[in-house]
Amino acid sequence: MIASSFEYFAPTSVDEALSLLSEHGDDAKILAGGHSLIPAMKLRLAEPAVLIDIQRVEGLKGISESDGKLVIGALATHHELESSDLVNRTLPILAQTAGEIGDVQVRNKGTIGGSLSHADPAADWPATILALDADLKIVGSGGERVVKATDFFEELYTTALEADEILTEIHVSIPDGNTTGTYLKLHQVASGFALTGVAAVLSKSGDVCENIAVGITGVSDVPYRASEVESALAGRALTADNIAAAAEKAADGVDILEDIHASEAYRSNLAKVYTRRAIEGAAS
Amino acid sequence: MATTQINTTINGEDYTHEVEPRLLLVHYLREVAGLTGTHVGCETSLCGACTAIVDGQAVKTCTMLAVQADGADITTIEGLAQDGELHPIQEGFWERHGLQCGFCTPGMIVAAHQLLERNPSPTEEEIRHGLEGNFCRCTGYQHIVDAVQYAAEKMQG
Ligand SMILES: Cc1cc2nc3c(=O)[nH]c(=O)nc-3n(C[C@H](O)[C@H](O)[C@H](O)COP(=O)(O)OP(=O)(O)OC[C@H]3O[C@@H](n4cnc5c(N)ncnc54)[C@H](O)[C@@H]3O)c2cc1C
Ligand code: FES
Ligand code: FES
Repeated sequence: MIASSFEYFAPTSVDEALSLLSEHGDDAKILAGGHSLIPAMKLRLAEPAVLIDIQRVEGLKGISESDGKLVIGALATHHELESSDLVNRTLPILAQTAGEIGDVQVRNKGTIGGSLSHADPAADWPATILALDADLKIVGSGGERVVKATDFFEELYTTALEADEILTEIHVSIPDGNTTGTYLKLHQVASGFALTGVAAVLSKSGDVCENIAVGITGVSDVPYRASEVESALAGRALTADNIAAAAEKAADGVDILEDIHASEAYRSNLAKVYTRRAIEGAAS
Repeated sequence: MATTQINTTINGEDYTHEVEPRLLLVHYLREVAGLTGTHVGCETSLCGACTAIVDGQAVKTCTMLAVQADGADITTIEGLAQDGELHPIQEGFWERHGLQCGFCTPGMIVAAHQLLERNPSPTEEEIRHGLEGNFCRCTGYQHIVDAVQYAAEKMQG
């Protein structure tokens, strides 16, 4: 299990990384934590001629608070997000999601930016990033742009990122104390990835649901917002019956994945059950 | 064949080598640095036999390139005993029969080291959770849990 040969660069700034990317074009790949790319290279499913290792770019690291937002560097590891006091205080659902990924060693090395860019249909981060309506900051040779999470995931393993672009930061608005969230996942037993992962974020006034956002991963080629569930529950009382009725719509209009791990019918059922439980968790 | 120079500190000693960028860290440790305590089990990021500590983080060295470790401070199983004295975790595995064939043991001990550093007095559940990235085909894990509990008590003094 040895990867094909490649040329290796370890830039220390975003500009340097970008000029390497535009110089080498489609032959080049960004390397972050390497926990999706290196396994693929060992299997020769990926054979980039050039690897641009961004782990020495300080500007892509760290988690901070600015103007009511949590600013997460693309290189923040799953472990950093799981253990950060700031994250646990302001947006505990992010720490909860991070803690569900892989195992300790994987969380020590894998990054949120790598996971989002890779867009594995069974990855955990997409569900939560969608439910939190995050903004993704991207830079390329053409400058900087911001893509909403809901516009980022396009197809299986395909995002809005162009080949010469780098995801630099994830911005999430810090909600008021009235907003709660839960990420709930069924682990595929062998790989640990999500057979279904549901992130529910809601705010309520008394018993009534004011706003609700539900992000679902593992169920379709592309992670999605369960908008039918959201509109069935917004403005209504968060009773067990209402939640259950809304959750029934979790797979409505969705092209459901089917593979050796789960049939279409099973995945569709999982989506409903995990949506109900995630909303119940967030509402309690 | 293009090579890249890497400098590392492994178990307190400095190493400098020219390596091919595609060389995995586990192969660097074993075949270039000659430290064969770190094992290769699955080579597919699942079993944890290849775990070493790189800049304070337990990682699966079969899923890291040696060039990514340029400048890093690395601790392998060989670096845990001090002056001929077993590390308390190694002692725990000895005293509590935490191994049979021993193949998983270096990775298990290094992962347990990270666990106790982050959580010096873990519950049984926390130990099992903290070692979820390490597989053992022999022991059934109970003695490994016992070994880590032994070490936790000893390290607390
Ligand atoms: C054993 C194992 C178990 C795992 N279990 C889970 C799990 O349960 N849930 C889960 O969600 N994930 C899981 N993963 C995947 C893990 O979370 C990866 O770390 C993550 O998907 C990719 O992040 P990375 O930093 O390692 O990216 P890399 O592997 O370095 O890169 C992945 C892809 O993204 C691109 N890329 C990386 N960073 C950027 C950037 N900033 N801008 C543009 N492109 C970029 C790369 O070019 C590459 O194509 C597991 C991995 C392993 C090995
Ligand atoms: S050899 Fe690295 S995880 Fe199994
Ligand atoms: S002791 Fe044999 S694999 Fe663990």
